[in-house]
Amino acid sequence: MPEIEETLLPGVGVRHEFRSESGDRVSVVTHRGGRREIAMYDRRDPDACTGVIHLSIDETRLLADLLGATHVGETARVVEQEIEGLGIDWVTVPPESTYAGATIGDGAFRTRTGVSIVAVLRDGTTIPAPGPDQVFDAGDVLVAVGTPDGLEQLRSLLAS
Amino acid sequence: MNVLAIAGADAATAFVEIGCVALVLAALSRLAGRLTISAIPLYLLAGLSVGDGGIARLQVSSEFIELVAEIGVLLLLLTLGLEYSAEELRHGLRTGVPTGTVDALANFVPGFAVGLAVGWELEAAVLLGGVTWVSSSGIVSKVLTELDRLGNRETPAILNLLVIEDLAMAVFLPVAAALALGSDAFSTARTVGIALVAVGVILLIALRLGDRLSSVLEPGGDESLLLAVFGLTLLVGGIAQHFQVSAAIGAFLVGLALSGPVQERAAALIEPLRDLFAAVFFLFFGFQIHPADLAGGLAVASVLLVLGGAGKLASGWFAAARAGVARPGRIRAGVTLMARGEFSVVIASLGAGLASGHQLAAVTAAFVLLTAVVGPIAARRAGAVPLATRSP
Repeated sequence: MPEIEETLLPGVGVRHEFRSESGDRVSVVTHRGGRREIAMYDRRDPDACTGVIHLSIDETRLLADLLGATHVGETARVVEQEIEGLGIDWVTVPPESTYAGATIGDGAFRTRTGVSIVAVLRDGTTIPAPGPDQVFDAGDVLVAVGTPDGLEQLRSLLAS
Repeated sequence: MNVLAIAGADAATAFVEIGCVALVLAALSRLAGRLTISAIPLYLLAGLSVGDGGIARLQVSSEFIELVAEIGVLLLLLTLGLEYSAEELRHGLRTGVPTGTVDALANFVPGFAVGLAVGWELEAAVLLGGVTWVSSSGIVSKVLTELDRLGNRETPAILNLLVIEDLAMAVFLPVAAALALGSDAFSTARTVGIALVAVGVILLIALRLGDRLSSVLEPGGDESLLLAVFGLTLLVGGIAQHFQVSAAIGAFLVGLALSGPVQERAAALIEPLRDLFAAVFFLFFGFQIHPADLAGGLAVASVLLVLGGAGKLASGWFAAARAGVARPGRIRAGVTLMARGEFSVVIASLGAGLASGHQLAAVTAAFVLLTAVVGPIAARRAGAVPLATRSP
């Protein structure tokens, strides 16, 4: 794995860059809103980019999919890199859970623990960005984002 | 009260007048877009061309327009404060003191010295130093985006310098405002002292408790957030003004205090409102310039263009060199930073009450006009890396 260098761009977002095996430097600028730019550099003047590709959020996902990353992993990494003190966890709904068959809204998890459920994984399929009326069942995996404490609370709520 | 009175009696005239002002601004903004330059110089020019007392031609709405212009300053400063997260500010403070110092010396001194050389009082010279000191973060970030330079190695150095200038303004603005207001040495020293303490306290609260304030504002829809941020800005600005700390600084610190998702949402919500009010502010600033001062202003501004341009070249060069950037990138950084804009006009507007206030306004308008047009063009040329040199 090449080493990734991270640079803050105040007022704009973050830039990540790495050098490929073939010697090209590649950098990705992530704007605050989630837009991306992929930049390539001039070999004679390595400080200046020669080509920039502008991608919307959807196009970024598309490109990530084409490059072989999964949707959920992509979202998770974005969250992790942007906010310090925020964790992501994959929580399996236990068979004995009282919330099995309930909707996300029924559990009021966000209100009670501050944790957001960003995806539901079921039988190898992904339900991204589920709404409050999304039903989940025992055995489903909830991808949750929140503080370490909040994630712990979510685990014990689901086990109750 | 005034506004209510207008609504009763002369509402029709007021609507026509305000409508015309807004339409003129719209046409100018469109023209600026077509010329791919910042609209600020055009607003100033429009105000100028109507001339001194242009506002008086508006029969009923002049006081309303003046109030709108003042709110425009608050919103300008609010959005400047909103631009950076607390993390970016801390990072800037940790790493940017040397570059910030070079930048301050190389760009404050020319304005200050020229101000004294043309025989202005000390206060006006200090304000002119401020005018030449700060780059326009609006123009600079727009140029970087438009020229696709966000990926360039010198870009973080440029952006960090803008952060430091922003922070430096949190100290400079209240001091300058106190200087401009003070009558004798003792009362000036006292107001400067009060201003510094107040800013220190608010800044500390902003950086410490900003998260809590943000989480209080977070729930609820966009409408309530917009109203809350707008209200908070005017309230804190008003209180700051009360303690002679300049309302603008209060607004700026509100922007600094907001963080996280609230910061981003508020920035997006306030932006259209800011554009509306700030355009009126720039126009209004242009109104206040005496046509008689203009020729002299242009001459002084041309000198400042050279000195201030060299100053920014020096600070950009230094900042980029520290980031390990080679020569072409250092030049790009310096040239990109040349544009002055919104902050310079705000600083000059503080000196409206000074004896040289009118000349200061004229010089500033001409200086902003020159740098805001020349800066981006120069930046474009400085970055012309011949594509043919790239090996296949």
